Amino acid sequence: MALPQPKIDALEARIAGLTLPEGGWSEAARKDALSRLTAMGLPHARDEYWKFTRPAKLVEAEVTPATVLDEDEMPIFDAFDRLKIVFVDGVFDAEASDDLSLEGVSIDRLAESQDIHWAKDIYGVLETRGQDPVERSLAALNTAFATDGLLIHVHGKPSKPISVIYRHESETSDAVLHHVVKVDAGAEATILENGPAAARFNNVMEVEIADTGKLHHVRAQGRDHERRAATHVFARLGKESVFKTFTLTVNGVLTRNECVLEFTGDDAVGHVAGACLGDGDFHHDDTVFITHDAVNCESRQVFKKVLRNGAVGVFQGKILVKPDAQQTDGYQISQSLLLDDDSQFLAKPELEIYADDVACSHGSTSGAIDEDSLFYLRARGVPRGMAEDLMTIAFIAEAVLEVEDEALQEEINARVEAWLARRRD
Amino acid sequence: MTALDNVKEGVEKETVDAVKAVSTYKYGWETDIDMEYAPKGLTADIVRLISDKNGEPEWMTEWRLKAYERWLEKKEPNWAMVDYPQIDFQEQYYYARPKSMETKPKSLDEVDPKLLETYEKLGIPLKEQMILAGVEGAEQSAPADGQGEATSDRRVAVDAVFDSVSVGTTFQKELKEAGVIFCSISEAIREHPELVRKYLGSVVPQSDNFYATLNSAVFSDGSFVYVPPGVRCPMELSTYFRINAENTGQFERTLIIADKGSYVSYLEGCTAPQRDQAQLHAAVVEIIAEEDAEVKYSTVQNWFPGDEDGKGGIYNFVTKRADCRGDRSKVMWTQVETGSSVTWKYPSCILRGDDSQGEFYSIAITNNWQQADTGTKMIHLGKNTKSRIVSKGISAGQAQNTYRGLVSMHPKAKNSRNYTQCDSLLIGDKCGAHTVPYIEVKNNSSRCEHEATTSKVDDDQLFYCRQRGMDEEEAVALVVNGFCREVLQALPMEFAMEAQQLVAISLEGSVG
Repeated sequence: MALPQPKIDALEARIAGLTLPEGGWSEAARKDALSRLTAMGLPHARDEYWKFTRPAKLVEAEVTPATVLDEDEMPIFDAFDRLKIVFVDGVFDAEASDDLSLEGVSIDRLAESQDIHWAKDIYGVLETRGQDPVERSLAALNTAFATDGLLIHVHGKPSKPISVIYRHESETSDAVLHHVVKVDAGAEATILENGPAAARFNNVMEVEIADTGKLHHVRAQGRDHERRAATHVFARLGKESVFKTFTLTVNGVLTRNECVLEFTGDDAVGHVAGACLGDGDFHHDDTVFITHDAVNCESRQVFKKVLRNGAVGVFQGKILVKPDAQQTDGYQISQSLLLDDDSQFLAKPELEIYADDVACSHGSTSGAIDEDSLFYLRARGVPRGMAEDLMTIAFIAEAVLEVEDEALQEEINARVEAWLARRRD
Repeated sequence: MTALDNVKEGVEKETVDAVKAVSTYKYGWETDIDMEYAPKGLTADIVRLISDKNGEPEWMTEWRLKAYERWLEKKEPNWAMVDYPQIDFQEQYYYARPKSMETKPKSLDEVDPKLLETYEKLGIPLKEQMILAGVEGAEQSAPADGQGEATSDRRVAVDAVFDSVSVGTTFQKELKEAGVIFCSISEAIREHPELVRKYLGSVVPQSDNFYATLNSAVFSDGSFVYVPPGVRCPMELSTYFRINAENTGQFERTLIIADKGSYVSYLEGCTAPQRDQAQLHAAVVEIIAEEDAEVKYSTVQNWFPGDEDGKGGIYNFVTKRADCRGDRSKVMWTQVETGSSVTWKYPSCILRGDDSQGEFYSIAITNNWQQADTGTKMIHLGKNTKSRIVSKGISAGQAQNTYRGLVSMHPKAKNSRNYTQCDSLLIGDKCGAHTVPYIEVKNNSSRCEHEATTSKVDDDQLFYCRQRGMDEEEAVALVVNGFCREVLQALPMEFAMEAQQLVAISLEGSVG
């Protein structure tokens, strides 16, 4: 079906300033992505998949400037022993980064194009699979025009996490990064991501985990108030593999995090979790699509949102169980804590099930802090403010517990507490 | 091959036949009666003709024509998880009435005996001394003449709609004494134009959606209820819809108005003959509940579901909406959806008045090739409003069953509550069960809770039943009845019995 003219115009305006990188192993994938994008057009407010989040600022031709926040606290994960890789406004910073060599893993950059690379089998491939049944045109745009990214091949068990740091320095930066992660059988790694990245950030991570491989992914999206981000994680899970991803979002005027997970091997485990804290002009959207296409896999989605002063939290989650995916265990919970009357929570938790021997459930709740519990704490001498903070931390905890590493859990909890403390002053 | 083809020794033939009789669609026969049709297809002239046949005033004709014009611009919705061949709206008859109904009978005595027979066969006697069939035990307590105090709480007034016309409405006199108006909508347009003008289209506007717009243009009959302030309707009201004619769509319109402080319980039933070709049914139901009023609306939808190969059946595209306009008003929707090959139906409540309440209890059963996309919308606008949704979907054979719903808490709907529970049960590995809820919370004093589960019939429970001598189908029926009990309990007695049997019948042949 031909695209309506306004969609064609919008797309042309958006990509006018971008150049399609030529040559190298990714050229064919980029051209395919561009033709996908041309067929789909960019998201529009009237698209059902964008019902709760207006995509205008993510797709506009000129980036709306975003002030750079003067960080007053130590960046997250700084205290950890890790392999640092730094991007400033989407540009690789060799000086600030560590040497890219680490035992058990090989790391290349997308921008250093070669003619042959293992990433060719994954780049744009998982993204393409993720386009059905719902279009994710921002991801196709990314595959076509990504300027850089990391190609991480995990073949052993690296001793420390790989930490990607996104710094934001220019008020009008527009970054498009695309990472590919391949985890071999029996291999295991942790990838950390943090920082606001740019005024507008379009990030894609494609993850292929072979049988019995494990990947932990923990992300903190930076505190810049005015930044906008659209991120996609596409993951394909082999037999008995494990993939756990957690995202902490504090502030940011507009965030859309999509996660597309596909179980292709039996007995695998996939967890997608997120916690977000929003104050004021804040719109945060978690969109998750999990496809069970193998037997006896476990998926969990745990999302918690704390919202105040007119902040908006969105959750769209779907579990699709294909006809032969028997013994599926699918769980999904999305909850919001509305700290005042102006904030909103919009949710669409979906199940689509074609196999009978399954146990799938989802729950969604929304409301204010429970007055009875507050009263209980206050009766024991806890001041109201502190009681509210305690309740908020307890509320977030279920999501944070999805992070396996306890030190990382503590690091995230400390950020949550700092956020609450800043708002308490 | 069904389980009944292999009968164990020692089982009597009568028993087998009796079980076979209930395992098929009971109401698939046809009444052989002379019909009068409007020409095929839909044009402005057909709309005028329908209006004319109903003897409607000019304003009503205009209202319909306006809807028709809007319908021409509307697109058929395609967002539901149902799949059916393109409907040719010009290949349908939009009006069909038995020839004998040309002049409206003055009383039930004048109604064509063939029609009365039809309803009797369906278990819906149109004689006032009779009681709705299927209510065990009621007969004994009823004195021979059916009058008297002992039975007053068991009687049901019926409006019977046959294709495009209302055949008759029982107990009109008695209801009139109580001040309740219960008649066909065509009669109401003639007799009570002030009420109809005030309320028609005020809940479901003419151009609300594709099918509601179509209905607004061509609706031929349906029921009208008005309960005056402070009146508790002395009996249950019921409409029974029967599609009989071939290639004919039924488009009924129901309007229920419960004035301040009144109460009414309304039942709706429906069946259609068994045919190879699918037939269209697009109804609109509007309910208005004023201050302190309460309306209970129960449906057992048993349209022909199509045969085992998915041939034929009714396309059921229905818009039902209640407006809880007054403070402390309450509307309760209860539905048992077992029929239709395609169902597209979302009975909703607009909770406008402060402290108003909406409830939705639903059982949707799909077997063979049936598809159901059904659920509700609860729009909380007033303060302290409450809603409760309990939906049970059961899928067997190759069927697809979807719950689709919306709970919306507006910024001004302070201190509101919603509780939603939707459970799906899968019987067999070729069917599907889906849940598509939308939740929108725009203030923090309201609480919204949503829970959904999908599972298969529990093996332990089946084992327990089978150990006690039940065969597999019986055991499944029992477990399913237990799964649905919260909804079954919400039904009035008249329907609960029928519904319970239907639950068992609809799943017949789905095991093994």
